[in-house]
Amino acid sequence: MSAEAKVEELTMRTMNEAAGEGGRGLNYEENLLWEKERSDHPGVDLPEPEGMALRTGRPARETIGLPQVSEPQVVRHFVRLSTWNYSIDHGFFPLGSCTMKHNPRLNEKMARLPGFAHIHPLQPENTVQGALKLMYELQHWLAELTGLPGVCLSPAAGAHGELAGMMTIRRAHEAKGNGHKKVVLVPDSAHGTNPATAAICGYTIRTIKTSETGRLTLEAFKEALYAGQDDGGDVAGMMVTNPNTCGLFEREIIPIADLLHEAGGYFYCDGANFNALVGKIRPGAFGVDVMHINLHKTFSTPHGGGGPGSGPICVTEELAPYLPVPTITCENDTYRLQYEDEAGRPESLGRLRGFVGQFGMHVRALSYMMSHGADGLKQVAEDAVLNANYILSQLKDDYHVPYEGPCMHECLLTDKMQKDQGVTTLDIAKTLCERGYHPMTVYFPLVVNGAMLIEPTETESKDAIDRFITVMKEIAADTAAGDTDKFHAYPESTPRRRLDEVLAARQPVLNWKE
Amino acid sequence: MSDNLKYTAEHEWIKIEDGDVAVIGITAYAQDALGDLVYVDLPDVGRKVAKGEDFAVVESVKTAAEVYSPVSGEVVGVNDNLSNDPELIKKSLEEGWIAKIKMEDAAEIAGLMDKEAYDKFVAEQDH
Repeated sequence: MSAEAKVEELTMRTMNEAAGEGGRGLNYEENLLWEKERSDHPGVDLPEPEGMALRTGRPARETIGLPQVSEPQVVRHFVRLSTWNYSIDHGFFPLGSCTMKHNPRLNEKMARLPGFAHIHPLQPENTVQGALKLMYELQHWLAELTGLPGVCLSPAAGAHGELAGMMTIRRAHEAKGNGHKKVVLVPDSAHGTNPATAAICGYTIRTIKTSETGRLTLEAFKEALYAGQDDGGDVAGMMVTNPNTCGLFEREIIPIADLLHEAGGYFYCDGANFNALVGKIRPGAFGVDVMHINLHKTFSTPHGGGGPGSGPICVTEELAPYLPVPTITCENDTYRLQYEDEAGRPESLGRLRGFVGQFGMHVRALSYMMSHGADGLKQVAEDAVLNANYILSQLKDDYHVPYEGPCMHECLLTDKMQKDQGVTTLDIAKTLCERGYHPMTVYFPLVVNGAMLIEPTETESKDAIDRFITVMKEIAADTAAGDTDKFHAYPESTPRRRLDEVLAARQPVLNWKE
Repeated sequence: MSDNLKYTAEHEWIKIEDGDVAVIGITAYAQDALGDLVYVDLPDVGRKVAKGEDFAVVESVKTAAEVYSPVSGEVVGVNDNLSNDPELIKKSLEEGWIAKIKMEDAAEIAGLMDKEAYDKFVAEQDH
């Protein structure tokens, strides 16, 4: 047996047969808890109960099929699995459109204060005044930063915020007798959740075409606005992300918003990319009527497996009466939850979620805002934009840039210069895994072939960004030199090697065991 | 590809059979943009589709793309072989067609591109 074949055989053995005890070096294999089960290793050792009457009315089952593992096995199981994870606490995480932020430990300390961590949502209001004050303050900060005074904190994630926002718009149209408006305009570069949200709200989607500059133009917008009726009377609103998913600021957004408003439509702004603007401009100033804010992106609360999202929405004064309940009010230094009763907001669309949303995320977000201050938040946006433009400037000769810069907080490249050598965006992403980086966002936005959307976190040092740039340059140089075979095999050093994505998609194995 | 086909801006090809039946598939450009195909969601035979309506979904490792009908009419045939082997789409017109639609108004195809116009359109797309 050749040395190479032997390595392969050993690897397969550790992967398949070692039942969680093997692995490569310190790169541990780990099987399911069920596969660790040994009948002679009970998880607990309790005496047989004696002299107790049967209370369930029927005999206890012999077994309920839980794995019999001891505490040390359980601890190792989950710690080993955790070593397979990659997070912003491991390293550079340039996942475009996702704003993978450092989560300051101060926020965690605040969220663990017993007055916040140990309260219950059903406690009487007079016993949780501090928590209500915190949410009131957060509403105030969000209103101030967006220029949109009506705030509802309850949506539990970004897409939930989108739904809450579009339901608010629908509610407003119904209240004003405009229920006949049935069309929502969405650019072809939008996040998929935008058209999905509008469709769930019962709207028909009409696409606005992105121009060759990667931006919306007034002409393309007009074409979409007036496609159904001459005055755009069938249009209920539009959903636009600004900066857009190509990482570019929509320069014609003000005249676009004006025309939309003239036609009686509302402007929903997807807040996914608010990190590029926070503290610099208020979206309300460019015509936004409703915007959701991803606290887990812009305000650094953990996400991507690290914790729940949180997607508050901010609206104009005109739309505030229709927001979901509850919202927080303050009178004479007393904080209260406001509902849709007569004393509150009877025109509200109602409740979208239990209680008041992800309170722990509210604590972390406000902690982030207050520890940065207005000037600090402004610098966050500036650093995010600077980092992305630095990467763009360093890689623009190595990779094809579909839309001319400068960009905002993320930059867009494609595999056009590598494709002829057989190296695609997917190969580049897999090679980054091999080199110890989380890949960028790939094949999104859909309007750009072979897209690579790179969003460097604003807290990364120049050294860290330079190392990433070096790896990207090496990939481009090796490709240009024809040294490409390895790119189709990577990653090789990860717990799992290159997976067959086509097979996984065609014949997914969805059961643990038949 | 053969020259007597018609093409759409959504990268479908259309071949007319028996005067009023449109055989529809996706072009090489679309196949290349999608990459490895994993699934094709076919319409039911007998379904009425309007011009511009999506009637099938082609799913690849990268994304899922709707296939839009360039004509109004009734679905009179689907390529069931694609259910087992979606990559057939890339093989040939004979093996890779998706659906056949009996047109209500044969004039609808007049506005579609011929090969020359489509090739030019694709060249412009590829910025």
